[in-house]
Amino acid sequence: MTSGPSTDPRASAPGTETPTRRNTELALLGFAVLITLAAQSIVDLTVTGSLRAELAGFGAWFAAIWAVLHLVVRTLAPYADPLLLPAVALLSGLGLTMIHRLDLADEQVEGASGGDAPVQLLWATVGAGLFIAVLVVLRDHRLLARFAYTLALIGLVLLALPAVLPASISEVYGAKIWIRVAGFSIQPGEFAKICLIVFFASYLVDKRDVLALASRRVMGLEIPRARDLGPVLVAWALSILVLVFERDLGSSLLLFGIFVVMLYVATERSSWLLIGLGLFAAGAFLAYQLFGHVRVRVDTWLDPFAYRDEGGYQLVQSLFGLGTGGLFGAGLGGGRPDQVPVAKSDFIAAALGEELGLFGLVALIVVYLILVERGLRTSLIVRDAFGKLLAGGLAFAVAWQLFVVLGGVTGLLPLTGLTTPFVAYGGSSLVANFGLVAILVRISDAARRPAAPPAPPKQAIGEAPTEVVTP
Amino acid sequence: MNAPLRRVAISVLVLFTLLIVNVNYIQVVRSDELREDSGNTRVLTEEYSRERGSIVVDGTEVALSTPTDDTLEYLREYPQGPVYAPVTGYYSLLYGAWQVEDAENEVLAGSDDRLALRRLADLFTGRDPAGGDVVLTLDPAVQETAMTQLDGATGAVVALDPATGAVLGMASTPTYDPARLSSHDPGAIRDYAAELDAMDTDPRLNRAIQDNYPPGSVFKVIVSAAALASGEYTPDTVVPAPDTLTLPGTSTQLRNFGNSSCSSSQEQSLIDALTISCNTAFAQLGIDLGEDAVREMAEGFGMTGESLDIPVQTAGSSVGDIESEAALGQSSIGQRDVRMTPLQAAMVAAAVGNDGTLMTPYLVDQVRAPDLTVIDRADPEELSEPVTPEVADQLQEMMESVVANGSGRAARVSGVTVAGKTGTAQVAEDVPDHNWFIGFAPADDPQIAVAVFVANGGGTGGDTSAPIAREVIEAYLEGQGG
Repeated sequence: MTSGPSTDPRASAPGTETPTRRNTELALLGFAVLITLAAQSIVDLTVTGSLRAELAGFGAWFAAIWAVLHLVVRTLAPYADPLLLPAVALLSGLGLTMIHRLDLADEQVEGASGGDAPVQLLWATVGAGLFIAVLVVLRDHRLLARFAYTLALIGLVLLALPAVLPASISEVYGAKIWIRVAGFSIQPGEFAKICLIVFFASYLVDKRDVLALASRRVMGLEIPRARDLGPVLVAWALSILVLVFERDLGSSLLLFGIFVVMLYVATERSSWLLIGLGLFAAGAFLAYQLFGHVRVRVDTWLDPFAYRDEGGYQLVQSLFGLGTGGLFGAGLGGGRPDQVPVAKSDFIAAALGEELGLFGLVALIVVYLILVERGLRTSLIVRDAFGKLLAGGLAFAVAWQLFVVLGGVTGLLPLTGLTTPFVAYGGSSLVANFGLVAILVRISDAARRPAAPPAPPKQAIGEAPTEVVTP
Repeated sequence: MNAPLRRVAISVLVLFTLLIVNVNYIQVVRSDELREDSGNTRVLTEEYSRERGSIVVDGTEVALSTPTDDTLEYLREYPQGPVYAPVTGYYSLLYGAWQVEDAENEVLAGSDDRLALRRLADLFTGRDPAGGDVVLTLDPAVQETAMTQLDGATGAVVALDPATGAVLGMASTPTYDPARLSSHDPGAIRDYAAELDAMDTDPRLNRAIQDNYPPGSVFKVIVSAAALASGEYTPDTVVPAPDTLTLPGTSTQLRNFGNSSCSSSQEQSLIDALTISCNTAFAQLGIDLGEDAVREMAEGFGMTGESLDIPVQTAGSSVGDIESEAALGQSSIGQRDVRMTPLQAAMVAAAVGNDGTLMTPYLVDQVRAPDLTVIDRADPEELSEPVTPEVADQLQEMMESVVANGSGRAARVSGVTVAGKTGTAQVAEDVPDHNWFIGFAPADDPQIAVAVFVANGGGTGGDTSAPIAREVIEAYLEGQGG
């Protein structure tokens, strides 16, 4: 299965000259692995003065993950977008490097041993396993639409689970978003996010004609009928419930934002955006008035330095790190990113900004931008409506999550406690996002696959063939 | 659905641009401000990895950095910690730097502009960057004697070279061990800080310069100066010295110390009034001179309320608000709102001893590069000329009388004429008085001016503080071959 693109039967078929770009992907993956290994070496040399013995093993393992995933994509999704996987490889490589760097700091300051980087590598391996499983099981992304309501149920259960579980199992740092069993911590919300996006896509494709109906025009805006407000109100209520029962500002904001944007994309009615914005404003106002934890977040966001020893401590330390890093950063291993609390998870972007500087942080943002825009491009060129909406939703989810997280860490938005996708320490987030990218890879394969006859869609999403392709 | 998708793509671009702009703002525009924020310990930890310069007294390092095996590569040590703590301060991971460690941080850390050339050289030669040394003006004999003499009391001693303003001694008690606040063990640092916090009087406060107190009769030197400077008084001018003085506009009776009588004739010469520290005479004298004359003279001696930068920042000294003649009477004997730092008290003595010229006090004699080349040397500066040399001579004559015949006899040193003034300041009902002594010696060619302050000493300036001044003066003059 190591044949190049030219020997791929589909690519060499006469009349269909679409290049698979698999070799581009391979080269970029090699580049990502190289950067990661170079960064890891720099960290070791700067902090301890010598390369650690395990570096070779780490490098081999890390490279093997991407080699295997590349082969799987080459076999199972040969026309997939060639930039998605390398972007993920680079992001997770940089994340692993920074986690390892913070492990070293922990060792020196507290004498802690072991470290979190090997654990994170293990989670990346599990994530890769999920990636392969998705590509193997899900031969056509439209199959997902069949299980939309099942996935919705699973998503809701996952979302609600931490809220109903006792706090001893589900609460960490005030947010009830965990399930901690037998030494493992899982954030089910990360998986719920994907399940709900699949459901949103399927549901909105079914109902978009109805939801796009306008009752009247006001100042150039098509105002939807009152009775069609149901779904958006349900999504809004759901977000509020997450906020109330799990005290999770981030997931609440994430879910509602994704739903409103998908609703807008499905109906092409910008009035939904305004309605969403209005509901958001109302929810935000209510939350600020009613919940102390929201008020604290907002107050510390407005003036973190006034609360520098209390609620604003994390943000202020993060800003100190970023400011001290400046343009070029302190260099990997040269800064003190361990001074920011929870630097490995919530504040890993601040750690990267401190040691890689403005240039490094902007480069990181640009890698995300590439990932997101390739996802949106997939959504533009895929032929079926469900695929479009799903790819658009997933890509936007990554963008929106990064914006909320990075905005929080840099003081642009209130802090939320979402994780930086692929980079931050945390198994659930990493594994779930591998699954997310697997779906995007699957859709992008379908989008770029030349003229292969689609599996006859016999069920609900019947309108797919009528979609006019306007690439 | 493609049109809205394109708009979403553009929105994502806008959101990410917002992130990038904000990161630019933090990492470029606000970079310096965030880097230098006192709460940002990164710079401190970076400094720890560099060899910090020493603080040197008479060729001996009283604060130095020694290499260690742990991550903070250098440990700050204070070989005679408690003796020099009021001046050196500490250099703490948790609490930052204090006193000279703080005030001269740029030199010690090597970031001072005067060390810029050397830093550039370090870059090319690969030499480890190191900080410069700060050489203090302190005299070890004076400092050690002062700290020993104050031991057990809460107080301060300041000794100055009257001719230059160089600080020869700066003692403050109770003291502490700065090494224990500068260790690398955060737990131990916190424990020690908690121990210091729990004390009634915080040892970290340098009482010689960072707090001010009512000077009591020490202030009479300034009132005398105002009287002599007016041209209407000489040391022999006879002034009223009643047993009790009813303050104008009140029924308050101002009395002399221990309700004693200054003179059976109810009047005496100015020099006698100062010699026995007659309260009623000076209260009346101040009232007769008027607020402006007293205040201007006090300001001339440095009591402007302004802080001095020696380079540690001092508390200000001033006569405070004077609302009435009654208040002026009380202020004229150094009570009410009159406040002096012990440094200020020493400056009064130094100015009289230096023919009426007050020199700016300073603690740092030299700044040296790590290779010991001197890159900066103190240049004594005149702060003011509160009185003419003639008036200074008259004041000196009066202060000699205080030590020779009056309340300051305990400060006499054999073979040397000492000029001085005692002070016993009332603090509050049932609280022991503050005890002061200021003086200089030898009177005709002053080598040292000294101020001794004992907080709530309970005795008088004459019996509590004057002996301490004597010991300090003796220690210094012996060291000088006198």
